[in-house]
This record gives sequence, C-alpha cells and structure tokens, in this order.
Amino acid sequence: MAVFKQAKFFWSSIVISLVLFAVVQILITGGMLNLFYVNTLVFIAINIMLAVSLHLIIGITGQFSIGHAGFLAVGAYASGIITMKLEMPFISALIIGGIVAAIAGFIIGFPSLRLKGDYLAIATLGFGEIVRILFLNLDYVGGASGMQVNHLTTWPWVFGCMLVAILVIVNFTNSTHGRACISIREDETAADAMGINTTYYKVTAFVIGAFFAGVAGGLYAHNFYIIQPSNFGFLKSFDILIFVVLGGLGSLSGSVIAAILLTVISTFLQDYPETRMIIYSLVLIVVMLYRPQGLMGTKEITSVFSRGQKLKGGKKDGKGQTVA
Amino acid sequence: MEKDKPLLKVENVGIRFGGLRAVSNVNIELYSGEMAGLIGPNGAGKTTFFNMLTGVYVPTEGQIVLNGKQLNNLSPYKITRNGISRTFQNIRLFGELSVIDNVKVAYHSQAKHTLFSSILRLPSHFAGEREMEERATEFLKIFSLDRFKNEKAKNLPYGQQRRLEIARALAANPKLLLLDEPAAGMNPHETRELMNLIALIRERFDLTVLLIEHDMPLVMGVCERIFVLDHGQLIAEGTPAEIKNNPKVIEAYLGEEVS
Repeated sequence: MAVFKQAKFFWSSIVISLVLFAVVQILITGGMLNLFYVNTLVFIAINIMLAVSLHLIIGITGQFSIGHAGFLAVGAYASGIITMKLEMPFISALIIGGIVAAIAGFIIGFPSLRLKGDYLAIATLGFGEIVRILFLNLDYVGGASGMQVNHLTTWPWVFGCMLVAILVIVNFTNSTHGRACISIREDETAADAMGINTTYYKVTAFVIGAFFAGVAGGLYAHNFYIIQPSNFGFLKSFDILIFVVLGGLGSLSGSVIAAILLTVISTFLQDYPETRMIIYSLVLIVVMLYRPQGLMGTKEITSVFSRGQKLKGGKKDGKGQTVA
Repeated sequence: MEKDKPLLKVENVGIRFGGLRAVSNVNIELYSGEMAGLIGPNGAGKTTFFNMLTGVYVPTEGQIVLNGKQLNNLSPYKITRNGISRTFQNIRLFGELSVIDNVKVAYHSQAKHTLFSSILRLPSHFAGEREMEERATEFLKIFSLDRFKNEKAKNLPYGQQRRLEIARALAANPKLLLLDEPAAGMNPHETRELMNLIALIRERFDLTVLLIEHDMPLVMGVCERIFVLDHGQLIAEGTPAEIKNNPKVIEAYLGEEVS
C-alpha cells in the first residue's frame, strides 16, 4: 500500500511542479518579471541542482565530500568546449558535461571512497583544487583569463534539468538502492554484514551526484558570458556544502529550501557589499545555534503534510497492539 | 545432510596484528542444524574469530570453508551472500531507518529490480518493492515486531533492538547464524525471552547457530556443543557437561590451583 501511495504522490508532485513552471514561464513571456528576477530564478534552480546532488552523496550515503565545485567546473568547461569549440547543440553539451563529470566522479570516487570521514573530506577537497588548477594552466580553455561562452541558459532549460535531477534522486532514494545507501550512512560495517556491496553503492551515489553537478555546471557556464577557474574555488564547494548542512543532513526538501533561501539572501545582499558577508555569516550562525540539526532535520516536507494521515494510521496500529 | 560432512570447516585459522597473535590454530567443524556456543574469558579472541568468519578481518593463516566453498579473502558482503550472517556485540542497527526498512536492507541482495528500473519507476520497481514490503511484514510478524513496523529502529527498547538485529540477520537468509553476545546487557526476564526466541528460530528456520556468550546458564541451556577459546587458542570442545568439568576450562576462568 505504501508503494501505491508513493506512485500517487510521485505523479501529483510532477503535476504541481509543472504548474509552477508554467506560471513562471507565463510571467516571463508576459514581461512581468524583469531580467534580474529571471536571473535569480535561474541561479536558484542551478543551486538546487547542486544542493540535491551533494545531498545524495553526503545526506543519503554519508560520504563527506567537499570537492563538489570540482564536478561543477568539469561540467562547465566540458560543456563550454562542446558548444564553443565543437559548435554542437546545447543539449548535447549539457549531457556530455554531465557524463564527463560522472567519469571524473568515478575516477576520484573509486580509490578515495575507501577513506572515511575526515580523510575522504581532505581527498575530495584536494580533487576540487586539482581541477581548478588544471583549468588554470590549460591554455586551450583560456587559462586564468577564462573561456568565452554564449548565453544559452534559459528558464525552461534550468527548470527541466532541475526537475530531472530531483526526480532521479528522489526515485533513487525511495527504493531498495537508496535504502542500501542509507544503511551505509547509518553503519557501514553492518551494511556490509547484511550483504550490501558498500563500495558499489558509494561509488554509484558519487557518480550520480557528480553527473548532476556536471549538468549544473553546463547550465552555470552558459548563464554567464565567461567562465574562469576562480569561479570554482573551494569556497564554491563550501557554498554547496552549506546548503546541504543548513537544510538538514538527510533531508532533500531541506537542502532545496536552504538553496532557495540562501540564494535569495545572498542575491539581495548584493546591494550592501560591505555588510553582505557579515549578514550572510550571521544567518548561518543563528540557524546553526537554534537548529543544529538543520532546517528540516532528517524529515521531508511530505511527512509534514501527511502528518494527519499518519496519526490515523497510528491509531489503527494501536488497536492491533492491544489485540495482539 | 550426513553427519560426516560439516557445514562449516575452519582449519588452522589464525590472525596476527603486527607482532600480536590474536588467534592461532583454531580448528572447528560445525554440522548442519547444530547449536554451538563459543565461550572464553575476556580478550580470548572470540569476536576476532567471528570477524574472521564474516570477512571483517582476513585470516593470516588457515582456511575457512562453508559448504565446500572457501571463504577467506572474500569481502564481507560476499560472505553474507554465501550464507553466513551475524549480529554484533554492540547493537548495530540502522537507527534512522524504520524497523521494516532494516529488514528490507537485508533483503536487498535478493532484490530483482535494478537501479535503472527504480530511477525510471518501471513496473518491475513497484512489483519488487511491493513484494519486499509484504515479505518483510510477514517476517516481522514471526518475531512479533510488526507493531513497531514504522518506528525508527533507534527508538525501540533495548531488548526489542536485540530482537530486531537477530531478525535482520535471519532475513539475509543465512545457513550459519553467528550471534555475538546476544544477551549482553539484558535482565533475566529479557534473557529468558531471548532463549525462547532462539528456540523459535531453530524450530522455524533450518540453520546452524554459533553464539558467543558470557551468560553461562544461557550457553549451557541452549547449546549442544561448546568451544572454549583462551589466549587465541582453542583449549576445549565438548558437550556442556564435559566443558563444566574440564580442568583446562576451569583454569582459564579461575586461574591455576595452588598446590
């Protein structure tokens, strides 16, 4: 029955998101949203993609990776090369950007996912820096001065990619494969003892996460006219990490909400450049002080809505208990 | 299975950590359907021995053969799929997962739906998940844990957590079940319940059990054969009555007699 409910929920959430998309699209074509707002929306969607892809690695599988900007960079440059140097269409650039990032994820993930905790964090941090320095020294992509890229990213593209990313990650999480990943997060030794191929699932989660970060990189690159290695430093990795931690480790809706909230805050704080980082940091400190488990904890927004139904179910179970 | 063909054959197994020989020259044979106990003073190497059987440690010498298949050098998850499943001395449940999901994780290696079908939500995904849900629910009923089905595992009372860990180990469909101090931290009432549970397991499932335990009444009560480890060596083997009167065992537990 739970499975059936899941299917129903799956379709209704798709309908809701399509309605949301249509509303924004109408506002854009009707000229009711100016360029600034459209750009903010695009930026939010890209950040959501980054947040949910890292959520899969950290929140679900429990592998503390802090080199996510590395995958973003790989995707951005790969897709930039496809559209600018090879002059192929945007869609192929996004897909190839994702695939190249996924391959990078596999290459870095396979050896380093044997490491645990802090050690993995250091290894992935190193990976992010290696990628940045690699692009810095590659003259083919412009080195430090960056690579010129056409502006191709539009609202329908970002929204479509974001929807696919969320759907794939939600579907993955709510299946036996996702449970295998969560079991690794909870207790790797026990997961191993239950017949879970832990290496396979850690690498799989890493590769899927890297893929969507790469696609996000493609969208990110084509949202500006130029990409530079300095856009992908470790501070970018930390920005993404903050979405996931602030939203609540293990909660997809939490990381989405945090990505929206923080993007909006940092965008509107651009008017106050002197105090921007102070206010931003204060927001983080206050949230962490009052909700150390993150905005959503490990809960999903769906469980908040279905609380009424759950109570009913709980009563029924209670009756069964007294009989037994 | 005939009596002369053991299910598990452990030959001259030993492990060294640097210069320390934690376990050496252990020979154990277990027959199908047997209920055996492994006892010994603290630090005797009992859990290390379990860890070698389940692949957490790779033995530096000797071999482990289950049903004619050599198991050393296999990774833990492959050993589980070959039929050895275990519980842990300090409970290792998947705390944030619900009770039923803990059991479903053990079913994972038997799942028929692929990663691809789950991501695309193909019919095989729904069929596979539904089957898992039904099987797990039925399974929890055997252990009367079905009323906690949707509770997070970490919120269960201690005794029920032990129960769930044993249930989860059994869900992995083992031929040999290893229980590492199942009665640790239990009060006498809970220990009695555990003994009933072990009796129930033997009745319902066709398997061989090897358990580590310090609770002597429990070991003597449920085990047909007992192995005694001391300083990494197997010092005795026999029926509970034999073990009780074995001078070497008494010496290991109480020290040498002053003459």
